[in-house]
Amino acid sequence: MIEAIRIQTPLRAGAAEALKAGQAVSISGILYTARDAAHKRLAQLIEAGRELPIDLRDQVLYYVGPAPARPGQVIGPAGPTTSTRLDPYTPALLERGLRGMIGKGQRSREVIDSMIRHRAVYFAAVGGAAVLIAKRIKRVEVICYPDLGTEAIHRFTVEEFPAIVVIDAWGNNLYESEPPKYAGL
Amino acid sequence: MREVTVEAIARKVKELFLAANTRIGADILEALEGALGREKSPLGRSVLSMILENNRLAAQEGMAVCQDTGLAVVFVKLGQEVLIRGGGYQDAINRGVEEAYREGYLRLSVVDDPLFERRNTLTNTPAVVYTDLVPGDRILIRVTARGFGSENMSALGMLKPADGPQGVIDFIVTAVKNAGPNPCPPTVVGVGIGGTADRAMVMAKEATLRRLGRPHPDERYARLEAEALKRINALGIGPAGLGGSTTALAVHIETMPTHIAGLPVAVNLCCHAARHAEGSL
Repeated sequence: MIEAIRIQTPLRAGAAEALKAGQAVSISGILYTARDAAHKRLAQLIEAGRELPIDLRDQVLYYVGPAPARPGQVIGPAGPTTSTRLDPYTPALLERGLRGMIGKGQRSREVIDSMIRHRAVYFAAVGGAAVLIAKRIKRVEVICYPDLGTEAIHRFTVEEFPAIVVIDAWGNNLYESEPPKYAGL
Repeated sequence: MREVTVEAIARKVKELFLAANTRIGADILEALEGALGREKSPLGRSVLSMILENNRLAAQEGMAVCQDTGLAVVFVKLGQEVLIRGGGYQDAINRGVEEAYREGYLRLSVVDDPLFERRNTLTNTPAVVYTDLVPGDRILIRVTARGFGSENMSALGMLKPADGPQGVIDFIVTAVKNAGPNPCPPTVVGVGIGGTADRAMVMAKEATLRRLGRPHPDERYARLEAEALKRINALGIGPAGLGGSTTALAVHIETMPTHIAGLPVAVNLCCHAARHAEGSL
């Protein structure tokens, strides 16, 4: 297995800049969740010049719509959703201090440029490893938008959440750099 | 005539969706193990190991393999001699889905109006249902829980007949290349060739349900499947798109007659969490 380095959230700019694309990480601390519907609401607040319901500074967003918990479980399967859909909303959140995002899949040029400008990092969690990931989520609270069900903004308390730095704060992008090494074989 | 109650249909549909979401088929698991053995990328090996461990744990605990428990898609081959009694057929299928998603603590991922309100239906229904009437007195039901990470990467090309086999392979490979990491590779690539635009897409989806290891019975299409698979894996996209030797587990082609002016080619990707089940009444 690949050796993972342990990191904590909130994630300061210095810590984010020290991470390199390709590094396996084990994240402990708080993650906030948001996907399509919540991002749309946050974008509407930003556009209206209003306060956001959560302070995003140095926080890490996890793009996920978890499955419901069985009785006695903290959460159901909770793997990442595809990040591309959230690209249109992301630069504005990075401007407000968002430090990290966990999802899967490619990000747009605008997002990457904004990540570099604001010293933020993008992690990939393994899509389909939803049960394994759920076991690292120790506490779940719905913070806002409960009417959105699975798409609500949750606060996850996580221990040793497995992820990979896929785009670092310098713009190095594993999705660009790795496939050519294995192409044509 | 043979009577089948809607209750029996609902019960079978429920059973199939519970099974599909929690237990990945042996053919897929075997293919993932094989991919792990061949994988040149350390990250790729790590991803495949996690996936296999995840699937093992899910089956053991009766949990859904992935949180995207998908849109319910149902293919029914309904025998002409069957008389369905006791209520509405579509309602019965939707009821089966709703019960599976409630009992299995599966995620409710369906919104009513697709463009404006997008309000969650809270039942994971309606299901997408394809019903074909066939000879006989049985009902064959095949279900798939289709996650939208992969579904969103579908592609349709209305090719020119002159584009030929090379044009078809190019289209398939380009679709997979453009999808990149998004559909959670390694994928099963379903391809529909022929029919109309809509039929090609349905065939492509059905093609993703085929058990692995069964090439197309026509040798020429089997060769196309093999060549497309080779070129796809030569892209190096790899498990989770992080680079590696295996980007697709298989390419399955389904065909049907088409118009003299047409060569529709549809590509439908199924992620590595291929959640299918089938049963009959």
